[in-house]
Amino acid sequence: MTDKAPAAPLNAGALPDPMPTRPPRSQWQDVWRQFRSHKGAMAGLALFVFIVLGVAIGPWIWSASPTDIPPVVDMIKNRDMRPIYTLLWDSGAKTSWAHPLGTDNLARDNLARLMFGGRVSIAVGLTAMALSILLGTLIGVMAGYVKKLDGPLMRLTDLFLALPLLPLILVASLMFREALAATFGPEGGVFILVVALIGITSWMQTARIVRGDVLALKEREFILAAQSIGTSPRNLILRHLLPNVVSPIMVSATLGIAIAIITESSLSFLGFGFPPDFPTWGRLLNDSVDRMTLYPERVIWPGMLISLTVLSVNYLGDGLRDALDPRIRGR
Amino acid sequence: MLTFTIRRLTLAVPTLLFISLVIFLLLELAPGDPMAQMPLTIPPEVREQMRVALGLDQPWPVRFWKWCVQFFWIEPQVLIDHIFGTSFSAGDPRVVSWQTRSPVMDTVIQRMPQTLWVVGVAYVVGILIAIPIGIYSAYRQYSIFDQAGTFVTMVGYSVPPFFTGPLVIMIFAVQMGWFPSLYDTTHKVVDWASFKEQLHQMFLPVMVLATQITAQISRFMRAAMLDNLHQDYVRTARAKGLGETMVVMVHVVRNSMIPVVTVIALGVPSIFGGAIITEQVFKVNGIGQLLITAIQANDLPMVQTLTFIFAVLIVLFNLIADVLYGLLDPRIRYD
Repeated sequence: MTDKAPAAPLNAGALPDPMPTRPPRSQWQDVWRQFRSHKGAMAGLALFVFIVLGVAIGPWIWSASPTDIPPVVDMIKNRDMRPIYTLLWDSGAKTSWAHPLGTDNLARDNLARLMFGGRVSIAVGLTAMALSILLGTLIGVMAGYVKKLDGPLMRLTDLFLALPLLPLILVASLMFREALAATFGPEGGVFILVVALIGITSWMQTARIVRGDVLALKEREFILAAQSIGTSPRNLILRHLLPNVVSPIMVSATLGIAIAIITESSLSFLGFGFPPDFPTWGRLLNDSVDRMTLYPERVIWPGMLISLTVLSVNYLGDGLRDALDPRIRGR
Repeated sequence: MLTFTIRRLTLAVPTLLFISLVIFLLLELAPGDPMAQMPLTIPPEVREQMRVALGLDQPWPVRFWKWCVQFFWIEPQVLIDHIFGTSFSAGDPRVVSWQTRSPVMDTVIQRMPQTLWVVGVAYVVGILIAIPIGIYSAYRQYSIFDQAGTFVTMVGYSVPPFFTGPLVIMIFAVQMGWFPSLYDTTHKVVDWASFKEQLHQMFLPVMVLATQITAQISRFMRAAMLDNLHQDYVRTARAKGLGETMVVMVHVVRNSMIPVVTVIALGVPSIFGGAIITEQVFKVNGIGQLLITAIQANDLPMVQTLTFIFAVLIVLFNLIADVLYGLLDPRIRYD
């Protein structure tokens, strides 16, 4: 007689919850989604990955030696080759498919030298960035977390910010060269020297940002909660503080790569960096400036590669900053 | 404000003294021998006498004290003597370069105009270009102009001067032949024609330096404008019927200039540092070039003095930036 109404859903009367169609996203998935919408950042990432892979894998595919000088007869025959594209406007140019980007004045292959130089430049950039971030985070966390150290460490930061860094890097790069070269060999010594100098002179911004963030986080309830259940200071820093300051650190890390690459190239350009037979992009550029009217490609290629790497890294950093901090999006 | 300035100035003195000590100790560690360039035929005892003549036989605290006295006490006297024709400093030992055996400050004064001409003009030009770009890109955010401007400033920010330098030399000096590739420092400005000549030869180095400055400052200007454009006082200004030019160019720009002015002040010392490379590219024999040659020749008094001058610039312009910030923005109170 009474046909039963279909069984009412459990929450009849209340607004029905839409069933989630997608699994919940983590914070980093959100960041990645935001990052992907920044076209410049994606282009920067692609370009940077391309350059890094090019210089990392390139030498295995293109096996010409970047440093070996061929025997004299070959050298005279093969030196000062122009890049292959020169044929487009100058059919009489000395070119060869064996050296697509030409050779230098000692008949070394330009493409191989660019790849080798890129390896060094990017390795210096990444290592120096890592050192600078490590120092900056360490000092920032110490200053923010330990009250007694705050004053002295921040005065130290101020002092470093007041030092004229480029002149001091130049002086120091001459001073410690011999000592380090004696221990680690001429190339290894200079590598350690350049990385250490750049790292030691570029941690201040990171330290300031990290300290500020740590100071603010320290007053939050979750830190109090962690302290009240007896978390040791070490775990408090590693598990609760550091994960929360990781986004500004990541941004300064990306921008730090750009600064490190530029500083290394400037050092090499001024003749205070790697030895002449050990190519880096800055060194290649410096060596070719004197004859750039005859062989402009030897200036343009290393210069372009430095600029493109730095540009891509800067765009990457911009996108990362926007993705990690939605409040400043679009600036 | 005055008390703040005075407090900061008195605080700057120990800071600078400490910095000069740090620089001195760093140079003290340098294993380089200032006698290394001398001929090998000089007998050891003469060599030893020469070391004594340079004052190298004394322990470092004594030498540091001497440098301090010479730099902070005698050099200002020399300056006063030079201006007023007095003779306070007659016979007092000055900071002497090991390369040229002439007083360091004399060389610095000789080199200063070259650097100031190039760096100063580039800074002014850069700012003059950057501010309109920043204003317009922020006002038309996400327009074609803004996108292009942001891209160009990003490029200008990323391309190092040691690449743009040779590039503009190659294009404008070699291919086109419009400008000289080298900077002739012996050129004297006496009349209109020579002034034009000076502008002509300054064009390329100024262009390279100004590109970088423009890139940095227009980014800042844009961000500062964006911060202000959406604030309530702008809406109020529009609501009471002010013209758009008035709103943007007077209300918003004035408020946006506050952080930008401090950034401009803070940037001055780093521009001197950056000019080291530009001077090297265009062979301008200014301060930066002097520093490079002094470092290579192990001329420690020269390096010490020049580096210290750079440090003074940094501390001074930090102070200026702080004071300007307080003067321009009445909400900021330091005391």
